[in-house]
Amino acid sequence: MPRVEALTTKGMKMKFKKLLAGTGIALALATGAFAQDKTTVGFVYVGPVGDGGWTYEHDKGRQAVEAHFGDAVETVFVESVPEGPDAERVITQMVLQGADLIFTTSFGYMDATINVAERFPDVKFEHATGYKTADNVAIYNARFYEGRAIQGHIAGQMTESNIVGYIGSYPIPEVIQGINSAFIHAREVNPDVEFRVVWAYTWFDPAKEAEAATVLIEQGADVILQHTDSTAPQAAAQAAGNVVTFGQASDMSEFAPFPRVSSIIDDWAPYYIARTQAVIDGTWESTDTWDGIPEGMVSIGEITEAVPAEVKASAEAMIAAIRAGEYHPFTGPLTRQDGSVWLAEGETASDGDLLGMNFYVEGLTGDIPQ
Amino acid sequence: MMDLSAINPILLLASLMVAATPILLAAIGELVVERAGVLNLGVEGMMITGAVCGFIVTINAGSPLLGFAGAALGGALLALVFGVLTQVLLSNQVATGLALTLFGLGFAALLGQGYIGIKAPVIPKWPVPVLSDIPVIGPILFNHDPVVYLGIAIIASVWAFLGYSRAGLILRAVGENHDAAHALGYHVIRVRLLAIMFGGACAGLGGAYLSLVRVPQWTEGLTAGAGWIALAIVVFASWRPWRLLLGAYLFGGVTVLQLNLQAAGMAIPVAYLSMAPYLATILVLVMMRAGRAPGSLAQSFHASR
Repeated sequence: MPRVEALTTKGMKMKFKKLLAGTGIALALATGAFAQDKTTVGFVYVGPVGDGGWTYEHDKGRQAVEAHFGDAVETVFVESVPEGPDAERVITQMVLQGADLIFTTSFGYMDATINVAERFPDVKFEHATGYKTADNVAIYNARFYEGRAIQGHIAGQMTESNIVGYIGSYPIPEVIQGINSAFIHAREVNPDVEFRVVWAYTWFDPAKEAEAATVLIEQGADVILQHTDSTAPQAAAQAAGNVVTFGQASDMSEFAPFPRVSSIIDDWAPYYIARTQAVIDGTWESTDTWDGIPEGMVSIGEITEAVPAEVKASAEAMIAAIRAGEYHPFTGPLTRQDGSVWLAEGETASDGDLLGMNFYVEGLTGDIPQ
Repeated sequence: MMDLSAINPILLLASLMVAATPILLAAIGELVVERAGVLNLGVEGMMITGAVCGFIVTINAGSPLLGFAGAALGGALLALVFGVLTQVLLSNQVATGLALTLFGLGFAALLGQGYIGIKAPVIPKWPVPVLSDIPVIGPILFNHDPVVYLGIAIIASVWAFLGYSRAGLILRAVGENHDAAHALGYHVIRVRLLAIMFGGACAGLGGAYLSLVRVPQWTEGLTAGAGWIALAIVVFASWRPWRLLLGAYLFGGVTVLQLNLQAAGMAIPVAYLSMAPYLATILVLVMMRAGRAPGSLAQSFHASR
């Protein structure tokens, strides 16, 4: 049962509007109500803003936009929007409410964003983690695999059972990059480590995520990596007692110092502020942004005292090397799972390779579901 | 590559009991309701209402025990709405039940607004002294949280109640032939209302088990269809309590097994594994000759007719 609601920080006034939303009269009222001198920025979220992970961080970015621009900008958001046809309806509604710039923050909104953008050429759209652009659709993404390298590096040394559990969301390149990156760096420090991957086929479903984590733990995993958005796997690890986890998309520091020993944090605020500014200035262009640790879009949450000092030091050295541009997590020699050579000695992966990644590297077991 | 040795059968069986508990609780409640001659398709709605009520009470009162009580109360109150509509106002049971599910899902989402992403207190396991030390059987059967035992206790009580008590006999009489029961002087509507509330309370407990033990977190759509499975299991069990236990374990078992096979690297496409529990339910329903349903099931009763 999809729940759709639009809220702004303007409280009751907008709640009233929300009540009317959907009726033709309200539409006319709402469109007129947004004065032209104010820039309206819309956000479409795949989970609830309280998920403590992916959507939570995007919403922090939205709040940063509000704080930065004050009265010059108004933001609107809709949470828990299912990927698919419903998204198209929500984005359209947002345009009709007068949004000038809309961020659609999940991979599955790609086609919906493109479809709506075609109908409203004057509105700017930004789609996160996708690959389709248009004159008024820009794309942006973060190099999460850089963070995954750090996780793998720590995970490989923290595991005692040599089994690392990985909760995958959907078998798309972004997730596969993460699995490969984590695995390469875990193997680098621990030749005996094995990964067990469970596909949850959801971005946010605490019940399913908890179940997947529990199964992995029962099969001997003592480190759980997740590419899903809720804190449910953290809770499952905490209940198990001796299982290490990493925060995903957000710090998830409520589970620190153990089980959560570090995290990948997405920091969207600077990007959202810059893009909003571009719309205000009239300099907005369709761009393709893919930033990582060097630019600050990906950062690594505090490595807690549960991690041995020398492991922490080497992990921090790796972060520094990535930040300085001296190290690429996908540096050859690397071989694909089927034994064919992917990268020669010293060669680094091209962005094109990464964006289309649909294979496991050598040493990973199991198949990627097609 | 498949590594079945990675699957620990003891842990698998233990998690099967846990995975089965929410549907078991909801199903045993519905079984009593249907034995009283009422078909309540609102199990899903009552479950999720129980899940959110239990979560809210637990967070605010700090006590999971009160939380489960609140969940049972929430489920029972929602069921009472159904009871008044169908028994007093004589509305259609199927339509009202479906409406109850839709209402429950939305209502729970509304109640849970401020509770998304909050951590629930951990409910400790409750190993049965001595028995939990028995090798193999101990960890499978006797090392669970209290609600797992409660579920089995409710099954046993319902079995004893229906089969060996006068009140149970009256309830069955009302379900088999409400006109005859009425002629004998039994208060059909009162019996049914009580059964409906018991069903709601059980569904509420099942929902709270999800939000407080299984996940443990509140999120919309948390029950994800468990209520419908509970309804199917009642038919599968031909309205008998111990068969219902078997059905719930079968379903719980397939759910847990599919995740285990995936983690063990089974080369079967995930989509097949994910639909396995539902497929198993359908197959069993088709293959087993469903037992005879209570005679007055889903029929409205009015003393003047």
